[in-house]
Amino acid sequence: MTELSAQTAIGIDVGGTYTDLFLYDAKNCECSVVKVVTDHAAQANGIEVGLKNCNVQLNNVGTIVHGTTVGTNALLQRTGARVGLITTKGFGDVLEMRRRDRPQTWGLWGRFDPIIPRHRRLEVEERTLSDGKVIQPVHEDEIKEAGQRLLDMGAESVVVFFINSYANQQNETYAGDILREIWPNEYVSTSSEILPEIREYERASTSAINAYLQPILGPYLTDLGDRLHRHHIDTQILVVQSNGGLTSTRMACREPVRTTLSGPAAGVIGAAYIAHQSGYDNVITCDMGGTSFDVSLIADGSASMVAETAIDFGMVTRSPMIEIVTIGAGGGSIANVDAGGILEIGPESAGSEPGPACYGKGNGTPTVTDANLVLGRINPLTPIGMGIGQLDLDAAKRAIVSHIAKPLGLDLMAAADAIIRVANSKMAGAIRLVSIERGYQPEAFVLMPFGGGGALHAGALIKDVGLSKAVIPRYPGATSAFGCVVADIRLDRVKTINTLLKHLDINRLNEESERLHLDGMRNLEASQLSVKELTVYLELDMNYVGQTHTITVQLPQNLVSVGLIRKAFEQTYRRIYSDVLEGIPVRVLNMRMVMIGKRPEFDLSLFLNAKVESTQTKTIKQRDVWVEGEWQSVRVYQRNQLNAGTVIVGPALIEQNDATVFVDDKLTGTADTFGNLTLELQ
Amino acid sequence: MRIQVDPTTLAVLKGRLEQLADEMDANLFRSAFNPIIAEARDASHGLYHPATGETLIQGKNGLPIFVGTMAFAVKYLIDHLIQNDVTIQDGDVYLFNDPYDGGTHLSDFKLVRPYFSDGRIFCFIASVAHWHDVGGNVPGNYNPAATECHQEAVLIPPVLLINRGIVNQDIVSILQANSRLPTSLIGDLKAQIGALELGCNRMAQLLKDFDPGLVWQVCGQLKTIAESMMREHVSRLPNGFYSAEDWLDNDGTTASPLMVAVDLTISDANLVLDFSRTALQCSGPINVSKSTTIAACYVGLKHLFKDVPANSGVLSAIDFIIPDDSLLAATAPKPVGGYTETILRIIDVIFVAMSKADPAIVNGCAYGTINALSMSGYRQSGERWVLFSFFGGGHGGHPEGDGLNHGNAPISMATIPPLEILEAAYPIYFSKWALRPNSGGQGRYRGGLGAIYEIVLLEEHADVFLFGDRSRFGPPGVCGGGSGMVNSFLYEHDGNMIAPPLLSKATGIRLKKGQRVRLETPGGGGYGDSAERKEQDIANDILEGYVTDRLDVESIHD
Repeated sequence: MTELSAQTAIGIDVGGTYTDLFLYDAKNCECSVVKVVTDHAAQANGIEVGLKNCNVQLNNVGTIVHGTTVGTNALLQRTGARVGLITTKGFGDVLEMRRRDRPQTWGLWGRFDPIIPRHRRLEVEERTLSDGKVIQPVHEDEIKEAGQRLLDMGAESVVVFFINSYANQQNETYAGDILREIWPNEYVSTSSEILPEIREYERASTSAINAYLQPILGPYLTDLGDRLHRHHIDTQILVVQSNGGLTSTRMACREPVRTTLSGPAAGVIGAAYIAHQSGYDNVITCDMGGTSFDVSLIADGSASMVAETAIDFGMVTRSPMIEIVTIGAGGGSIANVDAGGILEIGPESAGSEPGPACYGKGNGTPTVTDANLVLGRINPLTPIGMGIGQLDLDAAKRAIVSHIAKPLGLDLMAAADAIIRVANSKMAGAIRLVSIERGYQPEAFVLMPFGGGGALHAGALIKDVGLSKAVIPRYPGATSAFGCVVADIRLDRVKTINTLLKHLDINRLNEESERLHLDGMRNLEASQLSVKELTVYLELDMNYVGQTHTITVQLPQNLVSVGLIRKAFEQTYRRIYSDVLEGIPVRVLNMRMVMIGKRPEFDLSLFLNAKVESTQTKTIKQRDVWVEGEWQSVRVYQRNQLNAGTVIVGPALIEQNDATVFVDDKLTGTADTFGNLTLELQ
Repeated sequence: MRIQVDPTTLAVLKGRLEQLADEMDANLFRSAFNPIIAEARDASHGLYHPATGETLIQGKNGLPIFVGTMAFAVKYLIDHLIQNDVTIQDGDVYLFNDPYDGGTHLSDFKLVRPYFSDGRIFCFIASVAHWHDVGGNVPGNYNPAATECHQEAVLIPPVLLINRGIVNQDIVSILQANSRLPTSLIGDLKAQIGALELGCNRMAQLLKDFDPGLVWQVCGQLKTIAESMMREHVSRLPNGFYSAEDWLDNDGTTASPLMVAVDLTISDANLVLDFSRTALQCSGPINVSKSTTIAACYVGLKHLFKDVPANSGVLSAIDFIIPDDSLLAATAPKPVGGYTETILRIIDVIFVAMSKADPAIVNGCAYGTINALSMSGYRQSGERWVLFSFFGGGHGGHPEGDGLNHGNAPISMATIPPLEILEAAYPIYFSKWALRPNSGGQGRYRGGLGAIYEIVLLEEHADVFLFGDRSRFGPPGVCGGGSGMVNSFLYEHDGNMIAPPLLSKATGIRLKKGQRVRLETPGGGGYGDSAERKEQDIANDILEGYVTDRLDVESIHD
């Protein structure tokens, strides 16, 4: 059992550029942050290096929580396992038929390679109708034969996907049981175990991706556990899921599809936690890394969720996850002038390898980071993170002059300024997308930037979108690792009901919810996670009869009746579409259950005296920065020198190891007692 | 000399305007009732010039063909108001589905609302979407045997649906009374009104943040940019005269094929598209209006020149020759319900003609038919059901690889509803939903595969209609590539699977319980000579079963 009191908790986030560790020593009330370069060949190596470099006794570690990108990377690079699929006769191509789409509106040169090739998708006789009636049962011999053929083809995992299994899983379950008798490892799954929800392509894709990742994530976590053992850490590893909640290693290995956005979700949870403790429950988080700018919305303390996402064209996973809107506007995003003479930022990115022009590693095209450098907002002598050395200011200037300034007829500084303004406007568009476009008023929200680059742009973003203020956490670059330490435990379950609301049998609903609840509890118990306080809530996916899209309606806690469900539906519908439709029957498509196990709270004031290895000088310096069309000499502060209550009048810069904060003209920065720096309009 | 907007403001405002239109699209897709809007995204939103109706900005996720036609629709409304001496007011919304001046077909309902700023119309905001059923002889309005538009659906000229914010319920009642699916109709109408409302709110915010004059300048400049980019693309092509011909199976009334031909003249930065050799107007529903023809050319060219911004500037660079008696210049009351088949053929001939000018920018033709299938009947409870869907096929091979299997039509970004949703909603089940091996045209890069769909009826009776094409002439390949397999539609009758007399245009089929229909859709055309296909690709085709027998395939494409 994991016990959090008086022990050390370690959060580990492996990102594209850096591996961050956040260590919280509860006995001595201390926390610290370690940042090392990610080892792409073997992520566990980077984690080991980080553990060796931290100043914490590792024999008292109670919890290790991991935000991982192993699954995402395997998907994007197509390095997952060799999967076999057994499916209903006539439907072997569901994965490749997709939903009959194409990647781009304009241009017909699309391409799609299914993660399970056609020759490893075998059809068997069986059929269930949409009402759950089995019109063709499964033959044991046929399943065994198909399984054996897949093994002969070298399949490492197998998934059974039958049409309408959401309505009756009997055939699928039976086939799965037969396969488990002959399959040499535990990587046998059925689509109704992973996602008992209507929509064949989405269910097939989610299950296939799960089977594709099972043989990848399992060995990785086992290896990581062995390495931790060598450091005398014997607690189990918890994994952050895409829904922002934790799960056990065992569950993560069985359903890796739920962890494909593990790292980014941890960041949102970390930011939401800091915001909540600091008194803000309406927050827009933004994470600006090397290649992308990720935005999420937190309303009334809860992160906004989505039911489905596509990691690449046609790679759909359907599982509740934190909604993260990603646009190609990171520090490494390339600025260019298109054929029509319009300045564009991204989506192409120089990433961290070769990186911006100023890294001097062979990229000659200008990036957002290059523009920030030329404008004096980044210190060329102390770039973020280790291992980059000094930045090459002249290379950045050359890139901007030849690719932007000349084609647009601007001078160097105007061109650099234009890059930042267009990038800011793109980021503002993403923020509007999650806020205004969803019916939320920006004035009610604060912006919480994290990651390496967000704090440079925060001031401009609150001005553009009309957010009330920006709150920059003490360690923007370690927010994801921190999120691992404070995330709750969460379990999501779904079941398709598909009935008219007026025919909804409340007793059956309660029975189903009880069944989901028991199933969830069994999973929690099996995972050996200790939970302080367990909250369970029910949601229904509902719509008007005739609509194909549903809205998710949270049910009141007690005394659920058809009338109350209708009221909750109409309230939600009105919030989204500003009107309800009289006289049209309402349908209940799916029931969802969410179980949340609360974790103990973390005292943010610990941030104020955290141990961080620092090479920073203590004196306040001046530096020339381009602000509002001219060079101004602005004060440069060190973040670790700021005491609570310190007020900084913009324009000013605040430097720290993992980020730079730019206090824009007409803004004031105030350090609070939680270690945050708050930016507001003067 | 036009005053240039500074580059930063231009980029920023372009993004804001595009976001506004995209948001209207997204809002309608989510809230609409009928799956043709919600799933197939057969809708579009944009901002239009207050005097000329020209497209200023159009959403990226709507139906591409509307990008071209909506400008004509808004212009038609403007002319109509002037002719009738009507002054449009703030808060007014006009509704119409006239397919001749407004483009496309009667299923597409246009809602147009003026946006006022400082007491003047700043621009028009419009929403167009495909309604499920608005009368006519066939549920779903794809009547393959129509000989005049009145057999296709009810025709609504521009009427004042909302008068200064007050909805005229009489109009709503007339519309509902003419639909087999009045609930779906009201849901879609409300969703479109909601999308317009959203557009106006966002526009108000935009004009608070930016000076209206500046927004105008940006729109003007985006148009100039589109035109000059289009001319730039054209000037890079070798001067010359390039032709292509293709055929439609028949017009739904008689069996003769109809030719669609283009003669393309490139001289420096000028492009002329001459459709004079195309067939004359026909009695069946595959006529298209001139505005629809021009919009189809826009779509075809935009697929080749992807980076040109989506506004009226694209069309300024092109001259069209479309004779008044052409199949491509239909006037009232010629039936136009199957306009999709004809415009897909227009796009195909543009691809083939362009391949002769520059092989590096083209691709083999896509499957070229939407296969609008309608199955309907009554349940035992007496409740009426109408299953209506479009089906997919293969995309053409292209210079970078094989065509996409089972893609959507070039004129749309439609997705197909999940088969499980269709089975749950209607008394049918699918016995097959799979790729169609051997259907892609041969070539160095093979055409993508079409699909096979087989549907079995679970109720006592159903009426079946199909509106499709490409049953006689497969999608052509380019640069030496072969054609994709032709479309095939069969239905069960007295224990046999038989084809309707006019092949993919079928009407009056009665299905009994347990009987099935089978649709096999075309693959895409190939790209380049198949002798140049890599051995590895050939081997992979056999391994994966995309091609089952090479000899067999060659004979099919002869």
